[in-house]
Formats: sequence, C-alpha cells, structure tokens
Amino acid sequence: MNTPKNYRWRKFVDQFMRGSAVVATGCAVIPLIAIIGYVLTLGASALSVQFFTDIYQPPNMAQAATDGSEPAFDPNDPFAGIGATQDGAVVGDGSNPEANVYAGAPVGGVLHGIVGTLIITGLGLLLALPIGIFAGIYLSEYRNERYATIVRFCCDVLSGSPSIVAGVVIYVLVVIQSQQFSAFAGSLALMILMIPIVTRTTEEMLKLVPESMREAARGLGAPTWYSTFTVIIPAALPGIVTGVMLAFARGAGETAPLILTVLGSNVMSTDLFAPMASLPLLTYRYTESPYPGENTLAWGAAFVLMMLVLVMNILVRVATRRRAGASR
Amino acid sequence: MAKQQHAESWSNGKSVLRHGDVPFRIGTVVLASCVVGLVLAMGVIMFVSSGEARTAFGWDVLVGQVWNPVVTDIAEPTFGAWPAVRGTLLSSLVALVIATPLAMGIGIFLAELCPPALSTPLSFLVELLAAIPSVIYGVWGVFVFVPFFNQVFSVPVSDALGDYIPWLAGPVATGRGVMVTGIIMAIMILPTIASLTRDVLRLVPNTQREAMLAIGATRWETIWLAVVPYSRAGIIGAVMLGLGRALGETMAATLLIGNSQRISESLFAPATTAASLVANELTNSVSSLHESALITVAFALFGITLVLNLGARLLIWYVDRGMAGGRS
Repeated sequence: MNTPKNYRWRKFVDQFMRGSAVVATGCAVIPLIAIIGYVLTLGASALSVQFFTDIYQPPNMAQAATDGSEPAFDPNDPFAGIGATQDGAVVGDGSNPEANVYAGAPVGGVLHGIVGTLIITGLGLLLALPIGIFAGIYLSEYRNERYATIVRFCCDVLSGSPSIVAGVVIYVLVVIQSQQFSAFAGSLALMILMIPIVTRTTEEMLKLVPESMREAARGLGAPTWYSTFTVIIPAALPGIVTGVMLAFARGAGETAPLILTVLGSNVMSTDLFAPMASLPLLTYRYTESPYPGENTLAWGAAFVLMMLVLVMNILVRVATRRRAGASR
Repeated sequence: MAKQQHAESWSNGKSVLRHGDVPFRIGTVVLASCVVGLVLAMGVIMFVSSGEARTAFGWDVLVGQVWNPVVTDIAEPTFGAWPAVRGTLLSSLVALVIATPLAMGIGIFLAELCPPALSTPLSFLVELLAAIPSVIYGVWGVFVFVPFFNQVFSVPVSDALGDYIPWLAGPVATGRGVMVTGIIMAIMILPTIASLTRDVLRLVPNTQREAMLAIGATRWETIWLAVVPYSRAGIIGAVMLGLGRALGETMAATLLIGNSQRISESLFAPATTAASLVANELTNSVSSLHESALITVAFALFGITLVLNLGARLLIWYVDRGMAGGRS
C-alpha cells in the first residue's frame, strides 16, 4: 500500500473542517443558552406577587434626588444595571421606596400588559383563523392548481416581509382613518402576521393525512367537502392546533407593529378601541427606561414572553413527535 | 341500516350533501384569495400613501443625505433616508458575514456529521432560536451583550486599531452601534439559514456521497466537493431569506443601533436602520410629508424583501425539483 503524498494534509483538512462544523454548532448553542439563561434567571428574580397583580407605578425619582442619599450604584457603569437587577431584592428591602428606585427593585407590575397581550393576540388569532385555515384547506385539497402556487407565494411574502410593514399598513389604513391608536388595530396587524403561519401549518398537516383516507371517504360516496370536514380535518386536528399555538406564540412576541398601532398604555384598559398595554411593548419601553426598577420589570416581562414561547414550542414538539410516532 | 341509506342517498345524487362541493370550493377559494388580496392591498396602500414624498423628492427619499423633518424659518424639511438605508445595509452585511459561515457549518454538521440521536434535539434548539421574540434579543443585547462586548472587543480594538482603520475608529461611547446590531442580527438569522441549509443538504442523493467516497475522498472532501456544490442554489436561497430577515429586523435594531442620523465611518458608532427609523418616527410624524417619506421607506423594505423571497423560493424550488427528478 502506497499512501498518496498529500494524505496527511488531506487528513488534517478533513479533521479541521469537521471540527469547525462542530464549533459552529457550538457557537449557535452558546448564545441560545446565554439568552435563555439570562432571561430565566434575571427575569425570575423580577417576579413577585405584585408583578402579576399590579399595574404600572411611577418611580418616585424626584423624592429620591432631594433625599440626598447616595445612589446604590454608579449610574454610568454599564454593568451596574445588571448587578442591581440581580441584587435588587437585597438592597431594596421594601422599607425605603426611594432607595428601590436606584437599587433596581421593581415598582408596580405588568398585569395590564398580560391582559392586553392576551386580548390583542387572542383577537388577532380569531381574525386570522378563518382565512388561515380555509386558505390552508384550499392549498391542500386543490394543491395542483396554478392559483394555489400564487396563494402559496403570497403566503411566503406575508411571512417573509418585515413585521413593521404590517404595522405601517394598519397605521395608514386604520389608525390615521380613525384618528385613534387602538387595540383593535393591533389585532389587525397581528392577524396579517399570523395568517401565513396558520395557513402553512394547516396545509402541511392536511397533506400528512394519508391519501387512503381520502380514497376511502370517496369510495363511500362522500363529496369532497363532506369528507374534508368529517374525515380529513379531524385526522389533522392535533397538527392544526399546534400551528394555531405557534401562531399565538409568534403574535404575542411581536413588538414592532404594536408600536405603530396599539401605542401602549400605563393603565389597565380593556377597551378595544383605545390604546392598550402589551407585554412586548412594556418590555421595549422599560428596556429604554433610565430607571433600574423598570429595567427589572423589562426582564420580568421578557421572562413571561420567553416562557410562553418555550412552553408552546415544547408542547408542539411533544405533540408532533407523538403523532409522527403513531403514524409510523 | 341507517348508514347504508345515507350512502345510497349520496350515490343517487338526491341528498343536499351532494351540492355542497360548489359552495365549499367557492368558500375556500374566496378565503384563500384574501391572502392574495392582503398582499396586493399592502402594496397598493403603501404605494398610494407614499406618493406625496415620492413626487416631492423622487429617489432622494432613499438616497438623499439629509433627514430633517423639522420645519424652521430658514430651512424646508428634507427627507433623505440614506443614513437609515446605509445603516440597514451595513448591519445586515455584518450579520451575513458572521452568520453565513456559521450557519453553513451548523447545516453541514446537522445533515452530514451529527449522530442521529443528537440531530433532533440540536435541530430543535436551533429552531428555538428562531422562535424567541426579537424584543428579547433587544433586552439581552442592551443589558448583557453590549456592556460585555464593549469591554472585551469594542474598546480594546478601537484603541489598538482605530487610528489606522477608519471603520474601527473610536470613541466607543455607549457601545450601541452597527457592529453589535449586526452581531445580534447574526444570532437571529442563524436558525433561518442553518435549518434551510440542513434541509437542502439532506435532499442530496446518497449516490453523490458514495461515488465520492468510493474514489478515496475524505469525509470533508465528500461534503465540500460533492454535496455542497450539488445544493449550492438552495444554500444561496437560504442566505437570501436570512438577509431578508436581517433587513427587516426592527426591535433589536431599534434598541441596539443607537438611532443616530449622523453618518459615521466607524462600525462602533451609533447609526440607524430603515425599520427602526419608521418605528421611531411614524407615530410622532410632524407633517403629512414626513409620514409619507417614512411610508416610502417601509415600502422599499417591503419591495426588497418581496424580491429576496421570490428569488430564494425560486432557487429552493429549483433545487427541490431538480432532485425530485432524480437527475445527477
């Protein structure tokens, strides 16, 4: 056996590049773990009973300034904010509310945001469901038509276009016309973003239903619409439900369109035709806030959003895996 | 007995059930057309309401250097979004430069090298990255990544090289700028590119790999010379979809880029992006011309992502079709 001259070099390249692929995967997993870890630890420290039961409370900065007390940390130090949120509970024991402003202990809660997110996202999902599900049925049952390709492409355009564009369109169409930021406008914007998700999952799930079931229904003489509603959709229902859950999770986390449509609110409002608070909006505003206490609330709101997304995704994962296992 | 009668009534064509197919088809087509109509309506609405700025400035809305919405005695308001367009392009470029090789590594690892037992959980983790709401990336970026990156990279690098390389020049003020935005965007678009790359690599027929291994190639040579070139079009499509996501990214950019209209050579200096410009200014627009200019910017984003989507879908479809046809 004579080995080629460059064998060692080729072997080295092989090992090196395969190693690089492993390292690249690690590079993706590290930020994921860092983000989830930070949100879960810092966010969890922001949680309290008050966090879930109270609404926005203004931080009393003026009093703290006249108080003459030293800030608990240097406000110019970028790391101080992190430390404060971690140690907030220790420094701010609740006895001195002015100290809490600096110490990073949260004041107030995000109940209004939780309620607002549920209302806005829920209504958006309700609006998106009929279009999404029926478009999905169309794409699956008439899948070979030329028009189906057009619908499919439009779906891709909707899911690929920046979320802010949906906000701009609804801003022009609803907010300017009605001279009013409103939760309903936000629901419409979220509807635009959720339709493609519901459509594509419905289509995929209906396509997974074995052709033999369609043939069996047809063999019994059932018309297409009857077999679709009584045989095919029930068979694909778990999958469709997971798609709906994913759409809800995606919609609940959207921020950009809500800035242009819902605007946000510091009070508890359930009026659909008035500005409303929402969790991602609170996360955004509290992140930009100069008060560490509100920054802590931002972590808390991010925690709630993250849990929503994680739980939904894991549920979907478990549900679809069981399905895939059963159909084998 | 009853069931039998049911079936007979179908085959005889007497039942009303038989006539359900026409309304069913009309219903699904109409609701599916809502998706198409939505895309058309979005385009038309933005085209019409951007008319004022387009007639006033022409292409200068996108390439003009000065963005000054304020009406003063000495100057007319001018709208040239070049600082924002430039910020969008630069931060997306940074994101692509970082994400493309990493995502290809991940895709190759998941499709070719990874043991099957590890592949499913890793894919799930990578897809989880795509599900995290962008505002959470923003929060994490502001409180954790920017201070960290400032200390370990921005400040030392700009101190050492800033005098020689203008785009690494200091001073690094708050640390918010094009570079950090690009890095966070890279994390956000990694899963998009990686999972699509994995999918197109899996479509490559095994004969390609076997033939390459049979003539004595190493694993890496097989991947790099026989598998990757085969799915090159699909990988380019994946990168285009990732680019589309980076261009339209709003929340992370708004929180991290610093929102400054000043054009600076340095990647460490604050800038602004098209999406964050719209998010920041549309609700506070001071005149209808200002509003119209912002809608033009959003319209341009919509148009660019539409073209990118179209191109990417065509490429991926081309790969898919080519492989289904079994050509080699």
